[in-house]
Amino acid sequence: MVDNSQFDDIPGTIVFTAERSHEGFHLNQFCMSLMKPGNRERFKANEAAYLDEWPITEAQKQAVLDRDYNAMMANGGNVYFLAKIFATDGISFQSAAASMTGMSEAEYAEMMLAGGRSPDGVRSIKEGR
Amino acid sequence: MARITAGLTTSHVPAIGAALDQGKQHSDYWAPVFAGYDWTKQWMSAQRPDVIILVYNDHASAFSLEIIPTFAIGCADEYPIADEGFGPRPIPSVQGHAGLACHLAQSLILDEFDMTVINKMDVDHGLTVPLSLVYGQPDVWPVRVVPIAVNVVQYPPPTGERCFKLGQAIRRAVEAYEEDLNVQVWGTGGMSHQLQGPRAGLINQAFDNAFLDDMVDDTQRLRHVSHLEYLRESGSEGIELVMWLIMRGAMGESVRELHRFYHVPASNTAVGHLVVEPTDTEEQET
Repeated sequence: MVDNSQFDDIPGTIVFTAERSHEGFHLNQFCMSLMKPGNRERFKANEAAYLDEWPITEAQKQAVLDRDYNAMMANGGNVYFLAKIFATDGISFQSAAASMTGMSEAEYAEMMLAGGRSPDGVRSIKEGR
Repeated sequence: MARITAGLTTSHVPAIGAALDQGKQHSDYWAPVFAGYDWTKQWMSAQRPDVIILVYNDHASAFSLEIIPTFAIGCADEYPIADEGFGPRPIPSVQGHAGLACHLAQSLILDEFDMTVINKMDVDHGLTVPLSLVYGQPDVWPVRVVPIAVNVVQYPPPTGERCFKLGQAIRRAVEAYEEDLNVQVWGTGGMSHQLQGPRAGLINQAFDNAFLDDMVDDTQRLRHVSHLEYLRESGSEGIELVMWLIMRGAMGESVRELHRFYHVPASNTAVGHLVVEPTDTEEQET
């Protein structure tokens, strides 16, 4: 039996396993539909109506409407698929990533310029390193 | 006969492609990134490879969640540029080398690597950003490409050891191809980065620099870096580095380092770039 509990020991990180892929299948397929310009236009014109065309859960739908990327990932979203949403919004990967950290976009950009987030203290919750 | 003459690794950050496409390559932010490839551009104009076997990962562009191949090889004549959500990049489509690709597909499968064969595929930034970094903005790419797509989107990616062995099998297959071709193998992705969750922005310069060192000197260590170690040390997306080991496996036992570049940051990512040439010609260990 595979044991993925080890991943829960890495703080602030969701590992996209086959199980999560199954849970998020329709959410991620919706994201992929945004690779077509016509679909992007229909989504932008009425997001809720476009989302209703997909058999996704209420929690997944609300997370998309709220652009809450952490909630999307907690419900099976994968960041490379979610990237189609922020590309549609005209937002950079860096801005989207910043929104997941609770930092402002400026704070996050400054952290990256200063060398990024140090791995010290965020490798393992149990081992405190 | 075909021969592998050099190997190259590079990150494939999408923002690098966007910077080039939008004419921002001379800005204070981007100029140091592009400068790291000046040596390579010059070197490449003398090397003039016929074919690049380009190892990369698709980012939900060609492969949806319907089918997730672990290793796939492109056997098409041409690869259009993917629309990743903001229109296709304004770059030429990529020309394949179907003859070498079909030979590789057959050889690798019979050599016990169960490749998925792709006859039609759009290619995204994972494949095109490395070409842009090395060749700039030509009207036509001056090289043919055999894409090898590796799943690193859904856990688990193949192990580093498996990737290294695939590289060794690629070398055996290339050396058995009759046409006289100058072939390079590129491994792309990495270095440390995490694009998701509250830990996004993780960069581990010590891990990355040790990885660059050991790509040259200590492949035994790199072949056995566990997935958990990649996730902890190099971020959830740093695990893309397993793709570099396919290139390294294709180089044989020992290599000479020709060029190295490391820079933080490009968007969310540490950029690493290495150019090596194989130095042993005898039969490789398997």
